[in-house]
Amino acid sequence: MSEERQIQLEVLRYNPETDLEPRYQTYTVPCVNEWVVLDALNYVKENLDPTLSFRWSCHMAVCGSCGYMINGEPKLGCKAFIHEYGDHIRVEPLAHFPIERDLVTVVEDFITKFASVKPYLIPKEEKPISAGEYKQTPAQLMKFKQYTLCINCMLCYAACPQYGLVPEFLGPAAISMAHRYNQDSRDGGRDQRQEVIASHEGVWECSFVGACSEVCPKHVDPAGALQQVKVASTIDWYQEHLMPWSKK
Amino acid sequence: MEIIQTDIAIVGAGGAGLRAAIALAEADPKLRIALISKVYPMRSHTCAAEGGAAGVIKSDDSLDLHFGDTVGGGDWLCDQDAVEYFINEAPKELIQLEHWGCPWSREPDGSVAVRPFGGMKIRRTWFAADKSGFHILHTLFQTSLQYPSIQRFDEYYATDLLVDDGRCQGLTALEIRSGQMRQFQAKAVIIAAGGAGKMFPFTTNGAIKTGDGMALAYRAGVPLKDMEFVQYHPTGLPNNGILLTEGCRGEGGILVNKDGRRYLQDYGMGPETPVGQPVLKTMELGPRDRLSQSFWHEQRKGNTVSTPWGDCVLLDMRHLGEKKINERLPLVRDLCISYLGMDPVKEPIPIRPVVHYCMGGIHTDIKAATPVSGLFAAGECACVSINGANRLGSNSLTELLVFGRRAALSAIEHLQSGLPDSNDAALAAQAKNSEDRIRALFDKSAGTETVAGLRKEMMATMEENAGIYRTGEELARACEKVAELRQRYVNLGLTDKSKVFNTDLMQALELGSMLDCAEAVAVGARDRKESRGAHQRLDFTERDDQNFLKHTLSYYHPKEPPRVEYLDVVITKSQPGVRDYSGAKK
Amino acid sequence: MSSKPYIREVPKTSWFFRQPRYMRYMAREVTSFFIGAFTLLLVVGLKRLAEGPEAFQSFLDALRGPLGVLFCVAALVAAIYHSTSWFNVTPQAMPIQRGEEFVPGKMIVGAHYAIWAVVSLIVLIMGI
Repeated sequence: MSEERQIQLEVLRYNPETDLEPRYQTYTVPCVNEWVVLDALNYVKENLDPTLSFRWSCHMAVCGSCGYMINGEPKLGCKAFIHEYGDHIRVEPLAHFPIERDLVTVVEDFITKFASVKPYLIPKEEKPISAGEYKQTPAQLMKFKQYTLCINCMLCYAACPQYGLVPEFLGPAAISMAHRYNQDSRDGGRDQRQEVIASHEGVWECSFVGACSEVCPKHVDPAGALQQVKVASTIDWYQEHLMPWSKK
Repeated sequence: MEIIQTDIAIVGAGGAGLRAAIALAEADPKLRIALISKVYPMRSHTCAAEGGAAGVIKSDDSLDLHFGDTVGGGDWLCDQDAVEYFINEAPKELIQLEHWGCPWSREPDGSVAVRPFGGMKIRRTWFAADKSGFHILHTLFQTSLQYPSIQRFDEYYATDLLVDDGRCQGLTALEIRSGQMRQFQAKAVIIAAGGAGKMFPFTTNGAIKTGDGMALAYRAGVPLKDMEFVQYHPTGLPNNGILLTEGCRGEGGILVNKDGRRYLQDYGMGPETPVGQPVLKTMELGPRDRLSQSFWHEQRKGNTVSTPWGDCVLLDMRHLGEKKINERLPLVRDLCISYLGMDPVKEPIPIRPVVHYCMGGIHTDIKAATPVSGLFAAGECACVSINGANRLGSNSLTELLVFGRRAALSAIEHLQSGLPDSNDAALAAQAKNSEDRIRALFDKSAGTETVAGLRKEMMATMEENAGIYRTGEELARACEKVAELRQRYVNLGLTDKSKVFNTDLMQALELGSMLDCAEAVAVGARDRKESRGAHQRLDFTERDDQNFLKHTLSYYHPKEPPRVEYLDVVITKSQPGVRDYSGAKK
Repeated sequence: MSSKPYIREVPKTSWFFRQPRYMRYMAREVTSFFIGAFTLLLVVGLKRLAEGPEAFQSFLDALRGPLGVLFCVAALVAAIYHSTSWFNVTPQAMPIQRGEEFVPGKMIVGAHYAIWAVVSLIVLIMGI
C-alpha cells in the first residue's frame, strides 16, 4: 500500500503575464499508490516547481476547491486516486471556465448565477425565534436533503456540454439549489424563484445529457432535480393556460 | 493604491464572519459591510466540521448542565461569565439557523434531534447527519446572498491592520487574482479568520488554516491568549489526518487496542459500558484531551496496532449496523472507504489522535472586543475564552454563531460611540508601508530559504516538541528552533514572479503567520509549568491552580520572542474541581 | 490589471466527440429522427388509404420491399433505444417518496417496462 511508482504528471500551464495561450508541462513525480492527484500536485509545488498555481484546502472532498479535469474528466483532485490511473495523468483546469492561471479558473459566472436563483429560505410563515423551530418530519427532510449536499465544486458545469455551448445557461448546481428550497416544507418562495429558473436560460436550456449527475462527487443528482423542475413548470403552464381557475 | 471605503470590514468569511455580516446587515441595512476572505466563503474550513453544535433545547437538559460540562471540560480555564453568555445565546442561534433553512436532523415528531457527544452529561448536540459544519456554512453563505449591503471581496488576502490614534481603522489586503494591494478604510474591523492547525504536519485542518487572522491582530499589538492549548481529536484517519467525528462514539462506536480491550477503562474513564449503549461522560464519551492522552499511554505500553501509517488504535462501529451508519454517519463511511479502503460496517477502523483545534487565539473580552479599540474577533481565531484548556466537542460551531453575532453588535456599538475623524494621511502612510513590505518579499530575487523548506522544519519541530505530552526541555528546543526559523524567514526567496494568482507569495505570507503563532504556542507551553486540559507536561504532571489558574497573554515582538503576561481567569460560580469522567461514581 | 483570463472555445459542431457520454446522448437524440420519420410514414399511409385501395396497396408493397423493411427495422431499433434510454432515467425525473424512503429506481423503471409490455400485447392482440 505504500509502494512507490513514478508517474508523468502533465499539467496545463498558463501565465497571463507571459503566455499567449496555455501549454502543457510534464513533471516526473514519485507517487505513493494511496495518494490522490492533489498530493502529486503538492509534491510538484513543494519540490519541483513553486510557480504552479492551483486551489485546494480540505483534502476530504467537502470544500469544493480542487476541481480539475483529470484525463479529460471533471474530478476533485482530492478524490482522484493515483492507483486508478496509469503512469501518465493529465491535469487541466475545469472545462468551460476561463483560465485565470494554470489550474485556477475564473468562477464569477457560477457565483452570480447561483445567487440569482435566491438560494435561501423564503419562509412560508414568519416565526419569531422565541417560538422555537419550524417542525419538519424526517420524511419532509428526506424530500430535499440530497440537494443540500452540493459543495459548489462546479464539476457539473465542467461536464455539462450545454453550459459550454450556451454560456447563459444557469446550469445544474444553481437550479438544483433552487429546487432544494422549493422542496423544503418551510419554504414559500417558489414563485419568486420560478421567474429565474423557468426562463429560457433556466431549466429549458437543459437537454438532459445527464453528465452533471455522473460526475457529481456528492451524488446530488442535479439532472434529476432539473427534470423535476421541468415537470413542475409544465404543470404550472397547463394550470395557467388551460385551467386558469385552479391557481391564485 | 485603491482605497475602498466601508463601515465595517470583516476578515474571514467562514461561519463566524458570515454570521457577523448577516447580523450587521440585519441591524442596519445602510451599513456598508466588506466581507474579505482569502477563499470563496463556501471553501472556509467550517465546512469540514462534522459532529454538530451544542445548545440546550430539550426539556431534560438545562443551561446549568451545559455550563458545568463546558467549564469542567475546559479544566476551569474558561472565563465563566463568557461561558454563561455563550450557553444562554446558544439555543437562540441554533434556532435562528433552523429558520434560515439549516437541514438539522429531526425526531419523528418534527422537532430537532440531538445526539450525545464527548464530555457531556446529557445529549445536547444538534446535528445535520455528520455534515453539520458543512450545512451551517452553506446555510449562512446562502442566507448572506439576500443582503445587498454585504459586499464580498473573495480571494483577498488581508496583510496588515491599520491602527491609528489607538483605533483600528481598516486594513490592507492583496487581491490575489491581480496581485494588487487595496486599502480598506473602515470604522471597525472584525477578524474571523479561523485557526492555525497547519503549524502541525498531522492535522484535520485544511490548507487554509494558517493563523493569518491571529497573526494580523498579534502584529497590531493585540496579545494572543492561551496559545499553548492545542486540541488533539482522538479519532483521525492515520494516513492523512481526516477527521472521523465524535458522533462515531456518540452513536455507540467503541475504541479498542490491539488485544481488543476497551483501554479507556484503564485511564479513569471506566468502568466498561455495554457495547452499543454509550453512557454519557464515560468511556468513549470522555473528553477529547483525555482520550488522546490515553492513546499516548497505550502506544508507550505497546498496546497499539502497527499499521503502514504508524501506531493506531481501532474504532469499532460494526455493531451499529449498516442502516444506522448510513443514516447518522454517511460521510464517515464514505471517507473510510475512499481514503483508507476500509468499510466501518465491516471492519474496525484504525485511527490515531490528530491536531484539530486551537483553544487559544486573539484575546477578546466577553463582547468579542480586543484591547485595540474598533477591533473585534470571533470564531477559532479568537479566545474569549469559553474553551479554556480543552474545548468541549460541538461547542465550536455554536461559538461561531454566538460570538460572530456578538462581534457584529459590538462593532455597531463602537460605530455609534461617536468616533473622531480619521487621519487619512496617516492611514495611507501605513497602507503604503504594508504594500512596501509585500513588495519587498515579492521582489527579492535570490533567497537562501524556500517556503516549503522552512514550513517542513516548523511542522517537524511542533510535532516533535509540542505534541500531546510535552517536557520543558523539548519546549525550550521548540522555542529556540521557531525563533531561528523566524530569523531565517527574512532570507526567503520567491520563485514565482507573476502578479496573477501567485500562490508562492500566498504561501510565504501564510508561513509568516504560522511562524508567529507557533512561537506563541511554544513559549506559552514552555512557561506554563503545569498540566491542564490539552497541555500536558511530563515534568509537571499536576494541575497547579496556585500559579496557573491564569490565561497566558503573549505580546508580539518583530524580532524577539513574545513577552508573556498572565491574566486571572474569571470565576463566577464554579470553583476548580476534579474532572470526573468515570461512570462508577454515579 | 495583469489578469487576462484565457477562454477555451467549445467546438460548436464536434463537441460530442469529446466524451463517450456525450456520444451516448447524441445517439439518444438521433434516434428521435427515426421516430419522426416513421410517424411521417404513417401519415403518408393514411393519405394513401384515403386515396383508395390501390394507392394503399402500392404503399404496402413499397413497405415490403428491401428498403422499406430496412427502414422499419432501423426505426424499431431506434424506438427501442430511445424508449429504454428514457425509461432508465425516469426515477430521476419522477422520484416517488413513501415515508422516509424513496421507491427504488428499479421498481419505477420496471413499472414502465411492464406497462410497455401490456400495451404492446394489447396492440398485438387487436392487430390479429
